[in-house]
Amino acid sequence: MRKLVFVLALVPVLAYAQEVTRDGVTLSQAQETRAEDIGSQLRCLVCQNESIEGSSAALAKQLRVIIRQQVVAGDSSKSILDYMVQRYGIFVLLKPPFMPLTWALYASPFVALLLGVFGFWMARRGKVAAPAPLSDADAKRLDELLK
Amino acid sequence: MSPLRRRLMFGIPLAVVVVGGAGFYTILRRMQENAYDPHALPSPLIGKKLPVFALPGADGGQGFANTDLLSLPKPVLVNWFASWCVPCLQEAPMLAKLAKAGLEIWGIAYQDQPGDLANFIAANGNPYTRLAADASGLTAINWGVYGVPETYLVDRTGVVRWRYAGALTDDVVSGTLQPLLQQYA
Repeated sequence: MRKLVFVLALVPVLAYAQEVTRDGVTLSQAQETRAEDIGSQLRCLVCQNESIEGSSAALAKQLRVIIRQQVVAGDSSKSILDYMVQRYGIFVLLKPPFMPLTWALYASPFVALLLGVFGFWMARRGKVAAPAPLSDADAKRLDELLK
Repeated sequence: MSPLRRRLMFGIPLAVVVVGGAGFYTILRRMQENAYDPHALPSPLIGKKLPVFALPGADGGQGFANTDLLSLPKPVLVNWFASWCVPCLQEAPMLAKLAKAGLEIWGIAYQDQPGDLANFIAANGNPYTRLAADASGLTAINWGVYGVPETYLVDRTGVVRWRYAGALTDDVVSGTLQPLLQQYA
């Protein structure tokens, strides 16, 4: 029984040992997974709102091949992303990095929050206190007026 | 309601609308003047020298390498094109006009077949002083080319000063290219 459990536990490893061919490059399943992860972080510049991984443009296919060749060569994911940024600029990254150009972008949720807090504070501050309850005489007079 | 609060309640939304409207108006006006293109990407090559490459000649033209673009008598326009690209066909008369006016244009045929390229040049004329072929498209990737046509202005020392993606139009040439050519002449 214990042996069976051990063998079953190893089954997922088989999936990783398997070789796949994508866009003409043969690589292991683990390498393919890493390549897909890199490709999905990169913008296809031909169709601009698709990732390289999801695009059918010829340039995207060519870049997928380059990513896979570099993965097979053992390059780190960061160096592959740098390779793309060096050629196409930071726009190629679907998630913009934190840098002076994008400070305003990353600060915007906090600015919105601050504006909301300010608005809330203004609304609270301007609220007039509820009037004191009417005295018996006033209540009686009000009743008469409303009759 | 306090006077300050009343003023803020009317003033803040009004200020947002005015500032937003002014920004929007500026964007539209600059787009109309061709001074701003929201789809244009800044090239990382601007202000730098071209990456290492050596491309063979095409259609009887002389090929060139990055080292050929380091010391020039005058700025050179490097034009990426392909016979299969419709905007390149539309751009051909503009390139012919520029070449006739004395501008040096070097061409790179992107992922093209020699026969198709020969037909394209025969039909549209040859504005290129030198004509190379990037059959694999790998040099294009090193340049950051993401479509054809793309045009690069290389100054006399080999530094890239400008990149334009798309067919060159009268507005782009008179509004952007001509001033740059004067600046780097």
